[in-house]
Amino acid sequence: MEIKEQKREADLLRFITCGSVDDGKSTLIGRLLYDTKTIFEDQLQNIERTSQQRGEEYVNLALLTDGLRAEREQGITIDVAYRYFATPTRKFIMADTPGHIQYTRNMVTGASTANLAIVLVDARKGVIEQTCRHTFIASLLKIDHIILCVNKMDLVGFSEEVFNKIKADFETFISRLDIADVSYIPVSALQGDNIVNRSESMPWYEGPTLLYTLENVHLGSDLNLVDARFPVQYVSRPQTTEYHDFRGYAGRVEGGVFKPGDEVMVLPSGFTSKISAIETFDGPVAEAFPPMSVTITLNDEIDISRGDMIVKPNNQPQTSQDIELMICWMHEKPLVKGKKYIIRHTTREAKCLVKDIRYKMNINTLHKIEDDLNIGLNDIARIVIRSTVPLFFDDYRRNAATGSLILIDEFTNETLAAGIIL
Amino acid sequence: MSYSYKLSYLKQLEAESIYIMREAVAQFEKPVLLFSGGKDSIVMAHLARKAFWPAKLPFPMLHVDTGHNFPETIEFRDYLVNKIGARLIVRTVQDSIDQGLAEEEKGPNPSRNGLQTVTLLSAIEEFKFDVAFGGARRDEEKARAKERFFSHRDEFSQWDPKNQRPELWHLYNGRKNPGEHFRVFPLSNWTELDIWQYIAEEELELPSIYFSHQREIVNRQGVLLAKSEFITLLKGEQYEEKTIRFRTVGDMSCTGAVESPASNLEDIIAEVAAARVTERAARADDQRSEAAMEDRKKQGYF
Repeated sequence: MEIKEQKREADLLRFITCGSVDDGKSTLIGRLLYDTKTIFEDQLQNIERTSQQRGEEYVNLALLTDGLRAEREQGITIDVAYRYFATPTRKFIMADTPGHIQYTRNMVTGASTANLAIVLVDARKGVIEQTCRHTFIASLLKIDHIILCVNKMDLVGFSEEVFNKIKADFETFISRLDIADVSYIPVSALQGDNIVNRSESMPWYEGPTLLYTLENVHLGSDLNLVDARFPVQYVSRPQTTEYHDFRGYAGRVEGGVFKPGDEVMVLPSGFTSKISAIETFDGPVAEAFPPMSVTITLNDEIDISRGDMIVKPNNQPQTSQDIELMICWMHEKPLVKGKKYIIRHTTREAKCLVKDIRYKMNINTLHKIEDDLNIGLNDIARIVIRSTVPLFFDDYRRNAATGSLILIDEFTNETLAAGIIL
Repeated sequence: MSYSYKLSYLKQLEAESIYIMREAVAQFEKPVLLFSGGKDSIVMAHLARKAFWPAKLPFPMLHVDTGHNFPETIEFRDYLVNKIGARLIVRTVQDSIDQGLAEEEKGPNPSRNGLQTVTLLSAIEEFKFDVAFGGARRDEEKARAKERFFSHRDEFSQWDPKNQRPELWHLYNGRKNPGEHFRVFPLSNWTELDIWQYIAEEELELPSIYFSHQREIVNRQGVLLAKSEFITLLKGEQYEEKTIRFRTVGDMSCTGAVESPASNLEDIIAEVAAARVTERAARADDQRSEAAMEDRKKQGYF
């Protein structure tokens, strides 16, 4: 089966599109789908019909991703929409994230699982606050690749000067951030310039198109293969005749490589044992690495439950109850110093107390604000928490899976904040 | 080929789905797997076996039966449940109608699709399920493209798409207040093609109606409906015999066939890869209005 083989070899790029409202994100995605022939005929007919009904001049490609009634009515994106497409070289999962400042939390949602971010700016407006906010969040979440798409070039006469000015402004902004790889592409999502096909109107631009960049950006492994981390998700005790004494620890490898025979340590107890087998439905495996979901059995009977972590004795995560975090606050209710919140970190749940708010970020200037520590919706701040039980964690930059957590309201159960462990 | 620590795309999807199923079982008390006998729920059942092996499925399967099924689907459902030793609960839309909870649609082509919601919610209440696994995929439909893996439902089982919980990394917040429940969608990131490739790779069995066969159908506004007791011919309509198969399996009253010679998985994969219309284009239930799916989902639909 040729197709099957081909797909199996193709790798996967998860990316987000972000930028301010009306920068044309949804149109850009629509254009990518349309020009890669991913849009199906019935979808196209649907949006043609709707565009006509609304009296729009051309087919409104944004209607493809704005899936909610409220989004189509208001012509804005409220929540992340996920789209899937493939070219012969790669499979893509793209998250179209909202541009409205009010919905920044949904942008953070999309960004937390992305390897690359397309940041759109309107050529007429240049780099604005939302551009900075989204780029800063992308760098905070360790998205290694950014593509700055200067959109609506058709509205500025395809001017190279305009493009260069925006590029220079953006370079100044990101010089203070930690981003590995940035590309700049002038595009017109509406007319399709430099999206999939090269623009005839901008001969001065000699770089690759957006799709070519997406297909060829180098994806170093995002997965940490050094620090063995296995948060126990679920203890498997089948208690059937056949597997009467089976006791396995189900979970997903969040770092490093585990092999049968490896000496391991269980946190928080500190007991050590050896891996007797790594089991799966399809039979035992010789090694397990991220992001495999497996079941580990040990030589010794140790008390292990959900939320514990299996590691290697010579490479342990940090263990502490006092944790320094950057947070993106995602709720209308402000953060309250001294209040208790629920934390979810790997498979562990605990409570924590907000001990200190160190500073709030000014997104535009990247300055620390220390005289106004009111943290509300969409604010980014550095805080210190103390948890009721120790957490086993790594620096987010070393391992995003063991370096991230969320804060939950203990009364309403809503997710309040994304936390990045420093 | 040099060995590298890299999972194939399908294995990555599989690992993600298994992680999500385990997470839901760990976080909730009374899970249930919604099972229709269609390809997506067959993949779900398979993934659930993988997730909890060597234990049996730690939850029952629930079929919300409209009574408008393809006989082949029901036959296959019973075969599979028996084969994997699962526990099956069936609740019927007819019972909901008889109890006065739901009312049959009027017209020549009454669909029980929307009524399934009523039956589903009664079953969730009856068994006090606090999480229901669904096989919905984000690539299926534009409202589903907005869905979270862990999707909160309020005490009226409603989905509030404008106010979903942020879902960060793979930290899933399944905390809820009494009376609320969750829908969990482990196949969110799978596409139709991924499902078919996975079925081929794992050599999963499927109901025969997915493969090409001869059947009497009627063409109703472009939707090819199979001849059955649930269809009343309108003026000018007539049945004709065609070589068809079904890309998606729902009620006989609303699931359209596609003309196709694809009689094995390899042909189906080639057909799906080259398809120019979505699988739901053949679903009369989605063609009712632009926001048909969103509206049904808000009410508590799958």
